[in-house]
Amino acid sequence: MNAASKPVPSHVGLQAQSPWRRVVLEFISSPTAVVGLLVLVLIMLVAVLAPWIVVQNPYDLMQLNVLDARLAPGSANMDSGYTYWLGTDGQGRDLVSAILYGLRISLWVGIGSALIAAVIGTLVGLVSAYVGGWLDALLMRLVDLLLSFPVILMALMILAWLGKGVGNVMLTLILLEWAYYARTARGQALTESRREYVDAARGQGIGPWRIVVGHILPNCLPPLIVIGALQIARAITLEATLSFLGLGVPVTEPSLGLLIANGFQYMLSNEYWISLFPGLALLITIVAINLVGDRLRDVLNPRLLR
Amino acid sequence: MIGWTLRRLTQSFLVVLLMTLVVFVGLNAIGNPMDILVGEDLNQAERLQAIAHLGLDKPLWEQYLIFLKGAVHGNLGQSFVYHEDAMRLILQRLPATFELAFCALFLAVVIGVPLGMFAGTYPDHPLSRMMMAASIVGFSLPAFWVALMMIMLFSIKLGWLPASGRGETRELFGVQWSWLTLDGLQHLLLPALNLALFKISLVLRLTRAGVREVLPQEFVKFARAKGLSPMRVMCMHVMRNTMIPVVTVLAMELGSTIAYAVVTESIFSWPGAGKLILDSINMLDRPVVVAYLMVVVVIFVVLNLIVDGLYYLLDPRVRVEGSR
Repeated sequence: MNAASKPVPSHVGLQAQSPWRRVVLEFISSPTAVVGLLVLVLIMLVAVLAPWIVVQNPYDLMQLNVLDARLAPGSANMDSGYTYWLGTDGQGRDLVSAILYGLRISLWVGIGSALIAAVIGTLVGLVSAYVGGWLDALLMRLVDLLLSFPVILMALMILAWLGKGVGNVMLTLILLEWAYYARTARGQALTESRREYVDAARGQGIGPWRIVVGHILPNCLPPLIVIGALQIARAITLEATLSFLGLGVPVTEPSLGLLIANGFQYMLSNEYWISLFPGLALLITIVAINLVGDRLRDVLNPRLLR
Repeated sequence: MIGWTLRRLTQSFLVVLLMTLVVFVGLNAIGNPMDILVGEDLNQAERLQAIAHLGLDKPLWEQYLIFLKGAVHGNLGQSFVYHEDAMRLILQRLPATFELAFCALFLAVVIGVPLGMFAGTYPDHPLSRMMMAASIVGFSLPAFWVALMMIMLFSIKLGWLPASGRGETRELFGVQWSWLTLDGLQHLLLPALNLALFKISLVLRLTRAGVREVLPQEFVKFARAKGLSPMRVMCMHVMRNTMIPVVTVLAMELGSTIAYAVVTESIFSWPGAGKLILDSINMLDRPVVVAYLMVVVVIFVVLNLIVDGLYYLLDPRVRVEGSR
């Protein structure tokens, strides 16, 4: 291939750059991914800053007025004249506030569980690959078993056992997700450990633990980051689904899924907004994460690189 | 072949056995059903009698052995709530779930395959690009929310289709089915379509990839050169060769479709096993929960076994790997 005729930096130039710089440059060359990332950053900002943005704390029953229940979007508050831009739900919660607080829970559960699962799964995968033998066989059979059943079935099983609660939902997600990271980390570590630089490190007398953490792990990261991005979206969807079914978060702290479920009973009387807007918030969040994740997969995929 | 079958059967048996242990111990470790089932007004002696009657006074391992012994005979205990055989309850509701799941897979094929063939034949057509973008949304959409929006649009605003229940049913082979009556079909359409959304995206993408792989091959060019009509080339030569991965994936997806029916059934009040299990989880009706989980696990293991078996028969490479 003639490198000079292409506008993008040639392969030689790529190697001279730092790999992360190349990843960033390639990432921003896709407009949809950049839009996805911007939306995602915006969503995370409003979720984190929710207590300072919203007009009421939707979890504080003292601030809710039952007389304001199920008001249409654009209605005014009885006391202070504040406009409910997206209407109110069955308990008189301002939906904007409820959605922002719901986003906080959804993102916290999704990102938190994905990160913890990533750490546990990666560790298990690395140990499994490095130790090998019966431990490897045992751990990988366990992973096979976990991954061979649909997530919703396993989640029902674990939540029937643990009961409701934000912590329990996170624990369930972690128990289900770590296997994805473990399988990928193990596969990647096995490939990497056969490479020359690992032999070189061993030849220099570096200990096994330092080789695994300092040399093999960094080279396993790209596929794990991709899985992480997509797993966050899956975790958020699953949390919403479980909360919708009444098995997830408690009614006093509604996440987006529970807000949608609460709106379901009012939908038959044409009060559509209680289910519609939290669902849109959920949809936008998931699509944004998926767009970013898809682009990351294209950029970080080692098969496309080499 | 015999060695492979035996090994796979043993593996499957071990998986089922392991799952009985996980399900049983897990559900018994936490949550006392007595608190919910027995009223406050019982005195201590009556309470103990009720516990003994349900077999909850024995040590856990003995309860497990009794449970295992029953499971072999197809008896997974009595429902605490309905006072009926838990297995019978599940099996009564299972046909409705199967009906829903098969209809969803049917819709996925009927909608996904033609769209996928179009997108594969004309990859640069604006419609194809739209389909690919829509399939990404199809993967991202939370199914339960789409279900609500479908009800809102088609049942409440437009009033075209009913939103709950099975409608009129007719008996066939001793089981009630909805798809045999017009009213039942109308009730079936929305939940089946909802359950199918994810599969439609999946089938569309698989078919598109398959068509793009098959089209440039020699036998397609030869068929065209023979003067066969484009329609005939697509249906007889291209489709046949793209359907193998689609069929295998769908066979494997049947299990997860049955599991995800839990969500769809609860929204559309479809009286299947999924709705029963949700009610049972909320009422701590352990035997029914255990029976449902075991039935789905067995369905899953059997499906995997069948798919693996077909692969073994169709693909010689698997045999070489398996004999190692």
